[in-house]
Amino acid sequence: MKEKSKEANVHTTGKVFGIVANLVIVHTDGPVSQNEICLIRLGDTLLMAEVIKVSGKQAYVQVFESTRGLRPGAGVEFMGHMLEVTLGPGLLSKNFDGLQNDLDKMTGVFLKKGEYTPAIDEEREWEFTPLVKEGDTVQAGDWLGEVKENWLKHRIMVPFVLGGETFRVKNIAGKGTYKSRDVIATIGNDGKNDHDVTMVQRWPVKVPIKAYYHKPRPFRILETGVRAIDILNPITEGGTGFIPGPFGCGKTVLQHALSKQAEADLVIMAACGERANEVVEIFKEFPELEDSRTGRKLYERTIIVANTSNMPVAAREASVYTAMTLAEYYRAMGLKVLLLADSTSRWAQALREMSNRMEELPGPDAYPMDLSAIISAFYARAGYVQLNNGETGSITFIGTVSPAGGNLKEPVTEATKKAARCFYALSQSRADSKRYPAIDPIDSYSKYLEYDEVHEYMAEHISEDWYDKVIKARDYLISGREAMEQINILGDDGVPVNYHVSFWKSEVIDFVILQQDAFDRIDQLTPIPRQRYMLNKVLDICKAEFEFPSFEEVAVYFKKVINLLKQMNYSEFESEEFKKYEKELDEVLTESVLT
Amino acid sequence: MFTGTEGIPTNAEVVFLGRPPVLRIGDDLAGRFLNAYGDPIDRGPELTGEEKEIGGPSVNPVRREQPSRLIATGIAGIDLNNTLVTGQKIPFFADPDQPFNQVMATVALRAKADKIILGGMGLSNDDYLYYRQVFENAGALERIVAFINTTEDPPVERLLVPEMVLAAAEYFAGEKNENVLVLLTDMTLYADALAIVSNRMDQIPSKDSMPGSLYSDLARIYEKAVQFPDGGSITIIAVTTLSGGDITHAIPDNTGYITEGQLYLRRDTDIGKVIVDPFRSLSRLKQLVIGKQTREDHPQVMNAAVRLYADAANARTKQENGFDLTEYDKRTLKFAEEYSEKLLAIDVNLEVDDMLDTAWELFSRHFTKPEVRIKNELVEKYWKEAESE
Repeated sequence: MKEKSKEANVHTTGKVFGIVANLVIVHTDGPVSQNEICLIRLGDTLLMAEVIKVSGKQAYVQVFESTRGLRPGAGVEFMGHMLEVTLGPGLLSKNFDGLQNDLDKMTGVFLKKGEYTPAIDEEREWEFTPLVKEGDTVQAGDWLGEVKENWLKHRIMVPFVLGGETFRVKNIAGKGTYKSRDVIATIGNDGKNDHDVTMVQRWPVKVPIKAYYHKPRPFRILETGVRAIDILNPITEGGTGFIPGPFGCGKTVLQHALSKQAEADLVIMAACGERANEVVEIFKEFPELEDSRTGRKLYERTIIVANTSNMPVAAREASVYTAMTLAEYYRAMGLKVLLLADSTSRWAQALREMSNRMEELPGPDAYPMDLSAIISAFYARAGYVQLNNGETGSITFIGTVSPAGGNLKEPVTEATKKAARCFYALSQSRADSKRYPAIDPIDSYSKYLEYDEVHEYMAEHISEDWYDKVIKARDYLISGREAMEQINILGDDGVPVNYHVSFWKSEVIDFVILQQDAFDRIDQLTPIPRQRYMLNKVLDICKAEFEFPSFEEVAVYFKKVINLLKQMNYSEFESEEFKKYEKELDEVLTESVLT
Repeated sequence: MFTGTEGIPTNAEVVFLGRPPVLRIGDDLAGRFLNAYGDPIDRGPELTGEEKEIGGPSVNPVRREQPSRLIATGIAGIDLNNTLVTGQKIPFFADPDQPFNQVMATVALRAKADKIILGGMGLSNDDYLYYRQVFENAGALERIVAFINTTEDPPVERLLVPEMVLAAAEYFAGEKNENVLVLLTDMTLYADALAIVSNRMDQIPSKDSMPGSLYSDLARIYEKAVQFPDGGSITIIAVTTLSGGDITHAIPDNTGYITEGQLYLRRDTDIGKVIVDPFRSLSRLKQLVIGKQTREDHPQVMNAAVRLYADAANARTKQENGFDLTEYDKRTLKFAEEYSEKLLAIDVNLEVDDMLDTAWELFSRHFTKPEVRIKNELVEKYWKEAESE
């Protein structure tokens, strides 16, 4: 923003004509473009706004701040570019707002109107190592060198805006210490201007970064440590998924679990229009918590984009794009990025509020007509890519949806269902009976289980017959549910005893595999080898034949079995304690198993 | 227009004041009853504080502290199952016939807050007098500030009440570092007033004739709940009345997504008392204090009791459908009745440790150790051998 204002004389200006909440109608004196950024003068402060509709000399702009106190006649200056983010080393561990202002650098307890803080500390010095030499041919997104950011190799790339051409490296800085705005390379192609490249570049958030070779189908399972996801409905690296659920079903707890445990190089969390205290929880806990895989603090691999529900609505819409653009930037370095957005419904509501103020004809539930297209386009930006240099990177995206009234037929859920490949339905009845995580094992699905590539991956990395076991577990759950329905209709003694056995077998899977205590130090994270061990154990029980004299013994027996298995879940894997419970369990099993 | 427009001619003079609504903020707010404009309605002197714009900016999320102090109310349905924490925001979802005003007043008085700020929106005159009397009887008047819009006042004025209340709360919590408890009743009537204004502005209504911005409008109010770094806090307890218990209506639905949990009241016909419903009530921030500021067994005891209570509910369904009950079912039913009577009823007034002990006592009286499914080390430590009946 700053550097652009030097050439301000070529930009269009205008005057405020009308104001409807944060929608401002501006009369312009020249050309403006769709999504262009403008600054509105309110006393001494400048309010940032984005053009969302132009009609003749009238531009409709959405202001990213409260417009309280703004009057017609206020001056407006158009900036000649779209909403952009700054990309460079030093983004990790930061807490941004939806417009990439560094929240920690803001002064005072309250957010002040029109206060913009830089995303990157330009004074900080970085240890640079070149990766190319003079004369090499490069294109947009290619790695010129790298610096160490926390523990990641942060690649300095040919700016994405130079896409579509190839360049020759004319000059490259040697190994040494540089500030982010120092020129570290000069690239050019014959007969045209040379470009000086620094460690910092800018990119408009609403345009996908496509500086990669191709985007193959994802195949590698992303380990999340959450059994109900990894076993029954796994998500892949570069996959997309969404979690719809009524309030109080544990959406946020589940997302936090994923952000802590998922096997990713870095995690970007977009807190979009949700509770401020939930973000505070991340701010306070992540610097303390350890990433169990690397032993480093969690915040070292985390970027937070926070636009909580009380922050301005238009910036909420921008926040998910800001987060996605940051994710795309790190993906281009060949990293595994996990992007979480909580909640995409709040983003959709921000779209609705604007559409409503512009008096557009409404679609279902007063959402804009193109909602479904906007959501699909956004999910499409995730994915697994192969870069031009043969390396791979990925963005795994999981969004939550907060369906109004818990109704999964509402427009945002429907539109997201078309776009996302994994569906983790949180069920009210599971939440009511405190069966957490409340992911419904039967309604949920993962389309990736249909991929041959994924089957091959599972056979190679988990076990040969893993896929069959997953399907088997699901079958036991379905037959258990059917048995329960019959019992409810006909009564406990109105059905054969084996209906009870079948129901209780599904309860074993439910209590031991599906339910997981997100607040227990050990149970919260289950690595794949442990998941494999426990699933095998549970499936052995399900396969076994039991005989009971009457239905009353069935419940007593299986409760004992479940209790022992749960104690195993609470114990350190393969510890003395774990083995003790396992031995006890084996004894209980040998008593009653027939075969 | 905030007031009614009856009888205003088209040639009436219009004066723009050139400023948004303001409140005179100062220590002399304490003990006062004011209207939606912040003017006294208690025949007391005019306020003398500094004029401050209401509806101020939001707190920078990185400057917030994590809510961490338990608010003890003595009601086990709240302290044991749905513990409240300073800086939290939580509504009662109640049908109009339930005694929510009484429960709120009890919670407010027991909660040991430095200031209680009441925002009454569309309060009936009788309820207004009730609150006034309860606070007066408790000798708590100097801790109270109230902004009252009764059913006799124009509905659009209500839109000012929460902002007035919160401007006052921010003064006491932010500048005086006090613990402020804000009571808002009834948020459904507030939302209705929003719908009236939006309708007059020709906005396209979304679900249930509510404005499309309902979520943001409610969030702006509830998100003022905060724990400040210097020790002050704003805790919001609100009432959202439901129509026929329907929580899928836009108002409770949006509220539920904003607030940190919700509390439901229900009449338990077995014991003839009003209880805090353990199934549907939820305090999201309880994880921050239970087992940390309270005894280590709190989380597991709480879950086990609710799970057994759920088993009882299943047994009751079976019974109603005419099926035979197992011996276990019968025990759960007995447990449920005692649990309701001794812990869930809103007239209970106990310390948290006593609630936990009561729960262990009920467990041992009705169940075996494996049936409660609690971590072994806790069972060994706290299990109370059943006293002979």
